[in-house]
Amino acid sequence: MSTIKTSIGRRSFLKSTALAGGGMMLGFSWLASCKPKTVEEVMAMPDEWFEINSYLKIGNNGVATIYTPNPEFGQNVRTSMPMLIAEELDLDWKKVIVEQAPYHAKKYGFQFTGGSRGIMSRWEPLRMVGGTAKHMLREAAAQKWQVSIDEITTENGILYHNASGQSAGYGELASDASKITVPEEVTLKEVKGFKLIGKSQKNVDVKAIVTGKPMFGMDHHEDNMLIAMIEHPPAFGMTLHSFDASEAKSMAGIQDIFSIKSIKDDYVKGGFDTNAFPEIVAIVGNSTWEVLQAKKKLKVQWKPITTYTETINGFRGQTKKTIPAGLESTVGHKSQMEKVAMSSSKVVRKDGDPEAAFKKAARIIERSYSAPYLAHNCMEPLNAFAHVDGDKARISAPIQIPNFVIPTLTSSLGIAAENIEMDLPRMGGGFGRKAYGHYVIEAALISQKVKAPVKLIYTREDDMTNGIYRPTYRATYRAALDENNELTALHVKAGGIPESPLFANRFPAGALDNYLAEEWSIDSNITIGAFRAPRSNFMAGAEQSFLDEVAEASGKDPIQFRLDLLKKAKENPVGERNDYDAERLAGVLELVREKSAWQPEEDNTHRGVSAYFCHNTYAAHVLDLSIDNGKPVVDKVCCTIDCGIVVNPDAAINMAEGAITDGVGNAFYGELTFENGAPTKNNFHQYRMIRMSEAPKEIEVHFVQNEINPTGMGEPPFPPIFGAVANALYKATGKRHYDQPFLGEKKILG
Amino acid sequence: MKTFNLIINGEKKQVNVDPSTPVLWVLRDHLRLSGTKFGCGVAQCGACTIHLDGVAIRSCMTPISAVEDAKITTIEGLSENGDHRLQKAWAEHDVPQCGYCQAGQLMSAAALLNDNPNPEDADIDAAMNGNICRCGTYIRIKAAIKTAAKMS
Repeated sequence: MSTIKTSIGRRSFLKSTALAGGGMMLGFSWLASCKPKTVEEVMAMPDEWFEINSYLKIGNNGVATIYTPNPEFGQNVRTSMPMLIAEELDLDWKKVIVEQAPYHAKKYGFQFTGGSRGIMSRWEPLRMVGGTAKHMLREAAAQKWQVSIDEITTENGILYHNASGQSAGYGELASDASKITVPEEVTLKEVKGFKLIGKSQKNVDVKAIVTGKPMFGMDHHEDNMLIAMIEHPPAFGMTLHSFDASEAKSMAGIQDIFSIKSIKDDYVKGGFDTNAFPEIVAIVGNSTWEVLQAKKKLKVQWKPITTYTETINGFRGQTKKTIPAGLESTVGHKSQMEKVAMSSSKVVRKDGDPEAAFKKAARIIERSYSAPYLAHNCMEPLNAFAHVDGDKARISAPIQIPNFVIPTLTSSLGIAAENIEMDLPRMGGGFGRKAYGHYVIEAALISQKVKAPVKLIYTREDDMTNGIYRPTYRATYRAALDENNELTALHVKAGGIPESPLFANRFPAGALDNYLAEEWSIDSNITIGAFRAPRSNFMAGAEQSFLDEVAEASGKDPIQFRLDLLKKAKENPVGERNDYDAERLAGVLELVREKSAWQPEEDNTHRGVSAYFCHNTYAAHVLDLSIDNGKPVVDKVCCTIDCGIVVNPDAAINMAEGAITDGVGNAFYGELTFENGAPTKNNFHQYRMIRMSEAPKEIEVHFVQNEINPTGMGEPPFPPIFGAVANALYKATGKRHYDQPFLGEKKILG
Repeated sequence: MKTFNLIINGEKKQVNVDPSTPVLWVLRDHLRLSGTKFGCGVAQCGACTIHLDGVAIRSCMTPISAVEDAKITTIEGLSENGDHRLQKAWAEHDVPQCGYCQAGQLMSAAALLNDNPNPEDADIDAAMNGNICRCGTYIRIKAAIKTAAKMS
């Protein structure tokens, strides 16, 4: 990879990172607000800090504080993002303190956690932050020593001038460096020069986590803070009619009970303003338990909604969405989906002449796959702290996309965006759910009403029944085989409530002369949204199960069958646009074949393979399963990943292990059903989550080694695991599994 | 409202609360010990696990009236300097992802090692099955428990 130079186009970025910098010296009082976490950190605290740019300050003793921009929800960016800065700056990693930057669009850009885009989007900008700072330190040293900047080298937080034998720690020159003009160009390191990137570094927060330090949104506390809870409609398709709070209001510790409306009627919602229940009742009191007791005594009347149309200003411009009235049920959904799947759908892609190929086929295989709604069930239920004081608002909330909450807050509170401050505490899981910030708006409105700092807490039941769920989906695949059992055409028709999961331009598109992709959708009032690898989390399982079945019908080894298709997609691709790199997808398959010592069947172990590309990263799994007393046991998963350069390998392995375990759990047990608009499960005694005894016994993760710019890890290993589970279950039971969850409430395989 | 005298992490504490208040909320709201987490409120997820006289219990469903005179240990009191062998093993294996469930996981694991210094896989599964980790760090939790068991 060639050296990257910052170009003219990047100058605005460098300027914006320097917004709060440019030689400002910061005193000790400012430091006091940084809350040093350990004795060692306090000991290491410098007397003076020098701000180099908005991401970085260096103390006179060489300790550096890095403000990490994106919110953390377990993907470990609070370690990996600072690593990018430290790498280019040649910092001594042991002398780095990581602080979470607050929301600040001008200083920190798009502070976004989701879509596996964190490291990918910050890869160059954060290295430029480090490179810029290094340039300024070298320039300061050059001026002091009266030598050329080209002769100044850096290593581990020290500047050297070899010819004269002079050296100085970064701390000694931080003051001078902070006065140096921000350069318009910096040269970044080549991959082979990396010292920190590619070497596993421990999670910077591990000690705080294992000692129970307050760090999550739920842990936020302030003097005079009140606790709030909400009561939302018991079913989708219902809204607030009236409430009687006379008894609840008289209970000990209760301050106020009132209704709020979180979105103004004339506000055009953004894509992440999803909220089925804009009108709710708020209960405010002195302590959580007192508020919980009053919540139980609250008497609320609900009424059905009428059908309405919503305009959404989303990523793809303005769209209109119909929200139908009615109380929906899973049983109804299933028959609706089967009916619509048979009739209306839209052709999204067509290559060759699939109709003719199916007409000529010696054999047609047709299979349908389905998956239920899923609740995110982050371990930390939704919560938010807000203090609205006159025309100012202060927020601290676990939120994946703070930038998207600001316009809505501005509208709902009537407070200017520049008067809203937001801290970004660690999230106790997000998985997509905390991308939808209605709870932040609710907390702020409640604070505005009671004129006091308020922490809003959702109970688990509130969290699970006020979901923005993974939608329910259905897909039908058809394959045409000729008399030699060669695959000649493929047809996929997929849809869901209320969105289609289809990615028409992904594999196996491009590998087939005759290909037809169609989609459909059904309107609903049940709110849905991003859930770890949206849409892919269903399509991967369906597609990879179907290809497994077609491979078997063709009499081919399932890995070789996929590789043959990918060879064609690489050498002679069909169609104008294929959204994957056939060589890299083949690469993870070849690596998993080698690392798993692929044999489809071994003694009592049954193996399933699966591979998928999504969120810019390629992943493949071979899953070994055995049956013990009628229960499936995942003995081992061998996983291969191509995400380009791996910034923090052990943390990336941890992500893959988690995604695999999460996927196995959802494939076996994950399911949310509805009756008369209401979720039939509201807590973990009903909603089955994977537990330790059910988790894979062993997971092995291998990365493809290359020098491609890094892509994400949070989502890509998740979708293909559904296919690997299904294919291994088939080997174990002789029965194909088409409908998730594969086990559901059945604990024994029938 | 009633006054309760408690021994938490070796310190005497007094709170004046409704006797039905779960220990979880006394810790979090009244004593500002927020290491013990709220996850489900119905003793199904284990995030609120603490020790009552050395035994792992779910604090979200244990009323304060049931624990007077008992010795309560929370994650903040598991060790003085964050150097309990399990805490060290957790760091060595870099277990956490989001980290929200880990205090509860550690408290369940500490109770297990007190009872059974050399647990087999099945013992670990049995002791830890009440603690959900949504991020799926079970493999590392198990490995860390085994490492800690060897440290003694």
